[in-house]
Amino acid sequence: MNFDLSEEQRAFTDALDDFLKTEVDVKRALAAFDAAATVDLGPWQGLMKLGVGATVVPEAYGGTGLELLDLALAAEAVGRHAMPGPFIEHAVATYAIVLAGSEEQKARWLPALASGEKRATIAWAEAGEIWMPGDWKIPASNRITGEKRFVPHAEGADLFVVGLAGGTLALVEHDAAGVQHKALRVLDGGRRLYNTTFSATPAEALPGPAATTERIADAAIALVAADAFGGASRCLHMANDYAKQRVQFGVPIGQFQAVKHQLADMAQEVEPGIGLYWYAAHAFDHEREHASRAISLAKAHLSDVYVKTARRAIELHGGIGYTWEGAVHIWLKRATFDRTFMGRPEIHRARVASLSGW
Amino acid sequence: MDLGYGAERERYRDEVTAFLAANWVYDKSRSKDEQAEAEKSFRRMATDRGYLYRSVPRRYGGSEQEPDILKAQIIQEEFRKVRAPGEVLGIGTQMLVPTLLECGEEWQREMFVRKTIEGEYRWCQGYSEPGSGSDLASLRTGGELIGDEWVINGQKVWTSYAHDAHYMFALVRTEPDAPKHAGLSYLLLDVRQPGLTIRPLKQITGGAEFNEVFFDNVKTPAHWIVGKRGEGWKTSRSLLKHERNMLGSIDRADELFTSLLGLARRAERDGQPAIKDACVRDRLVTLLGYLEVQRHSSRIQLTRAVRGEDAGILPMTNKLAQSNFSQSIAALAIDLIREDGLLAPGGPDQGNERWMNHFMASLAAAIAGGTSNIQRNIIAERGLGLPRESATTGDRK
Repeated sequence: MNFDLSEEQRAFTDALDDFLKTEVDVKRALAAFDAAATVDLGPWQGLMKLGVGATVVPEAYGGTGLELLDLALAAEAVGRHAMPGPFIEHAVATYAIVLAGSEEQKARWLPALASGEKRATIAWAEAGEIWMPGDWKIPASNRITGEKRFVPHAEGADLFVVGLAGGTLALVEHDAAGVQHKALRVLDGGRRLYNTTFSATPAEALPGPAATTERIADAAIALVAADAFGGASRCLHMANDYAKQRVQFGVPIGQFQAVKHQLADMAQEVEPGIGLYWYAAHAFDHEREHASRAISLAKAHLSDVYVKTARRAIELHGGIGYTWEGAVHIWLKRATFDRTFMGRPEIHRARVASLSGW
Repeated sequence: MDLGYGAERERYRDEVTAFLAANWVYDKSRSKDEQAEAEKSFRRMATDRGYLYRSVPRRYGGSEQEPDILKAQIIQEEFRKVRAPGEVLGIGTQMLVPTLLECGEEWQREMFVRKTIEGEYRWCQGYSEPGSGSDLASLRTGGELIGDEWVINGQKVWTSYAHDAHYMFALVRTEPDAPKHAGLSYLLLDVRQPGLTIRPLKQITGGAEFNEVFFDNVKTPAHWIVGKRGEGWKTSRSLLKHERNMLGSIDRADELFTSLLGLARRAERDGQPAIKDACVRDRLVTLLGYLEVQRHSSRIQLTRAVRGEDAGILPMTNKLAQSNFSQSIAALAIDLIREDGLLAPGGPDQGNERWMNHFMASLAAAIAGGTSNIQRNIIAERGLGLPRESATTGDRK
């Protein structure tokens, strides 16, 4: 029994934390919420330089051939530091080509995506709260037409991995004809979303079967769960630090049992939850028959916990928690993103129930 | 990451399953006495093989094995699968025996350990008092050494199974002038003697598992003390540590959830099994989330224990997580049994005894063995490093 990170994984996490701690201070995370500002690609580029983009890419294509868990550790760190800019969508688009691409597609795209020279995103969601491959409606064709919603960081992306009817995937390049992006005014300024329309746009199918697409969607869901854990744990620690430092009635407020108990409840909900996403990501590579269920369960549970914890963290910060500059709201907004993106908890719980054979 | 136990341990598992296949049959048709006899002889064999009482030396009736958390885990898993009897449950084997092994004198171990683990001696715990619950060290039941005997006067409460016990281990104030914690001694005493009165307390379930115990010049020999005079608090701490371990397993939560699923399959909603109802499914999966969190958290704790590493705040969250879970199970169950929630458990009108009892008994988990609010203090102060409340600083340990 070894349900823990390896030495290498711990070192990897520490390196990412060190990088993000200096690179993304709260000020930078907050600056991303200025709707007029352009997308901050710096932190993502930094992660790519550290090799995060290469994580799950096979060695033959310039990658390190690691597993979803390793990528999920990066997602946790991204969530903890509220890193603005691209991350999950590029990782998942890359993964899609790894798992479902032809040799030629892999050779063409993977080295550049692994290094961060090119940036990719996923165009999956459709109107009517459609996230999952089985529900995608835009007809599969080498000329696609239709609207995709909530495409992360579409503007400036080099490559789109588009979800099509029958649970298939296709690649669309940034300069393809008939592609239009409409920026949405988003709640989580760190993760910009677009509605993207395709009009008879040339698209090149990824040959992988629908089952592989489902697997790629699972990877995306697992990464959101990992981000949620990272963010929730940060909220707990911010609130805990504040309770030790804020003095009222002559003592740190963390000395009052009412405050203490709220923090204890938060800790009890957040900290043991790490294993939920560890296992989900581990199952993806090692216990595939359990993976979808574990991944949906992790996403539903951890994103709910994240929202709850972020709200409590703001409450514990008092008035400062409610201010823009106080910045705790960044994590509440990320929590709301994590809860909604790739399907709300209710949707994932229904999936878990079905996969459980209930 | 590797969720298996490794080849060497899996061979050990094969040994255990082979032993169980050869030596244990669960037979429903046995009478109560036959069952007790079968369990007793099975336990003896299992102990000889090194499967039970692994930390108890052979000379006291244990199997004296090298500590190996994974082997212990495998034994527990395989024994449960075939419903083979494990170690005798109860406060004697789980709390007193480890304490005697850690702090007791040789004659005490010889006199009590073997008969306790064989189920011959049953124990109760004399800790809580009417004025001393969470603030246990404030207890006032007094012991005075007169000649070669302790003479004990006072009252204990919430004493589970005192009516069925032979002996009690108790915290008694023997040094009335010493500071709070330094005034206590850990005494053993015979429950069945004049001057000791046991009065059952009727619980919210209607049952009576715990009691009030009154001491009116109750006597116990001077050397029936574990640890030194005035060091009873220290002796009792090793016990609480063991009790926390006892509460740290996922098995009970697993069983509860499985039973709840069974109920959801049997119960009806809109003419179909309740488990087909979207709202019920959502609530079940919400509970499953908490269950799996506990499962993985215990795997992390197990991994770190094997490596001799500290699992940080995780072990401190176990009890609170378990009692919250147990209560959430009850909350869904009472919806699933519908109007049966109006009927008394076990009454003549066929209420749902199992789940109404759980509905109430799940509260006990949040109270016994350190209330949930005490658990929150532990998590906050030891886990999160928050300052202690000034009014009680120095009082709590």
